[in-house]
Amino acid sequence: MAINWFKYSAPTTFYGLAGKLIPFFAWPAAILFAYGLYIGFFVAPTEATQSEAYRIIFLHVPASILSMFIYLIMAGYAALGLIFKTRLSSMMAQALAPTGALFAFISLWSGALWGKPMWGAWWVWDARLTSELILLFLYLGYIALQASIEDPRRADRASALLAIVGSVNVPIIYFSVKWWNTLHQGATIKMTGTSMHIAMQQAMFAVLIACWLYVIAVTLARVRSIILEREANTQWVNDLPEVKQANGGQQ
Amino acid sequence: MNKLSLMGLFGLVVRRDLLLAMRRRADVLTTLIFFVMVVSLFPLGVGPEMDMLRKMASGVVWVAALLASMLSLPRMFSADHADGTLEQMMLAPQSLSVLVLGKIVAHWMLSGLPLALIAPVLGLQFDMSPEALWILVLALLLGTPVLSMIGAVGAALTLGLRGGGVLVSLLVLPLCIPVLIFGAGAVEAVTSGMSVASNLAFLGAFMLFALVFSPFVAAQALRISME
Repeated sequence: MAINWFKYSAPTTFYGLAGKLIPFFAWPAAILFAYGLYIGFFVAPTEATQSEAYRIIFLHVPASILSMFIYLIMAGYAALGLIFKTRLSSMMAQALAPTGALFAFISLWSGALWGKPMWGAWWVWDARLTSELILLFLYLGYIALQASIEDPRRADRASALLAIVGSVNVPIIYFSVKWWNTLHQGATIKMTGTSMHIAMQQAMFAVLIACWLYVIAVTLARVRSIILEREANTQWVNDLPEVKQANGGQQ
Repeated sequence: MNKLSLMGLFGLVVRRDLLLAMRRRADVLTTLIFFVMVVSLFPLGVGPEMDMLRKMASGVVWVAALLASMLSLPRMFSADHADGTLEQMMLAPQSLSVLVLGKIVAHWMLSGLPLALIAPVLGLQFDMSPEALWILVLALLLGTPVLSMIGAVGAALTLGLRGGGVLVSLLVLPLCIPVLIFGAGAVEAVTSGMSVASNLAFLGAFMLFALVFSPFVAAQALRISME
């Protein structure tokens, strides 16, 4: 079995592959979202101290986890692109950034909705909230830098460097709970086991995996657009059936 | 022609940048005046109650220092970039990292150092205690080099871009937040009677960490921007 993996590191071949893969991630994502949210909202028992308001964690926790994880993956792709000069890696990094920013925003927003009934305030200057906000700023800085450089090669390499420098911040987010003793509750899911009800676990992991699949599907779709945008002047793009159809009457 | 040693190169770059700045003193002074002005605006905004001002003094001074250092960042490489000097520097056989470190140190001596020296005077406006003033100066001396070092990376990445000035703040400010937290925290600690050692140690650690990596990263950023 000798599969030439490098075949798919070329935008030309990856464009088609990504298009075929999207449904395999998008549909399971939709089903798992529905399943996880159903369990979370209707099956999981009411929590002893937080009553119904705790149910927002089924969205909040997966969004927070992914917002941090996407940054690392983005920085990883950016580093690959910077070191090996593989164009597709840089495009993947660029495609991941808006989704990462979206999850950071969802995490902050749902956290605020949870904080109001629990802490009596929409926002507290707790270490984890603040780090998540900084993470959102890092995403926005990355997107802004990428957008303001016209030459795509320089944009890729400059934003890659920024992503790598910024990823120094992600560990600080993770360990901030231990560094500063603040209002935010400590981790409930530990490596040695958890104090959560089984239905709550199920719901949370279902939504987590759903979010994960959603990220992959959306990133593949976005990377296809980026490939089309950057390779717009090449013959193979103009030979694509969908491009021909769009250009339709002109040719 | 004998090859320049690394220390020689470093000294040469620092001396050159300081000399250039001395020929155009207004640039340095505007940053300083901006710093003084921002700090003086806060009491006008929040009211003259001394208790409140004393509490927020360190934070105000630090935020103003952060903004002032952002203001001077685009100047770090742009003049050399505009007249082609930077290109010649990058063609030189010497280490670009050391050259960048020289520029960073010169930038700090022209932006961070004056801020740290004038900060006690502003602290008096906020009725800070003498020991808090000492710690403020110490924290600024430890923290402002980090601002210059992180800033150098941002300045190099945004070299020659439209709206580079705003963009560099957008990139650099989030990365400077730890410095702000521990810098202001040091003064906070001394006024509430706690040990300042941990805060200052963190600032020192940030400085050493940045000292090791930032010249190299900024040099890479310059290479990306100049090719």
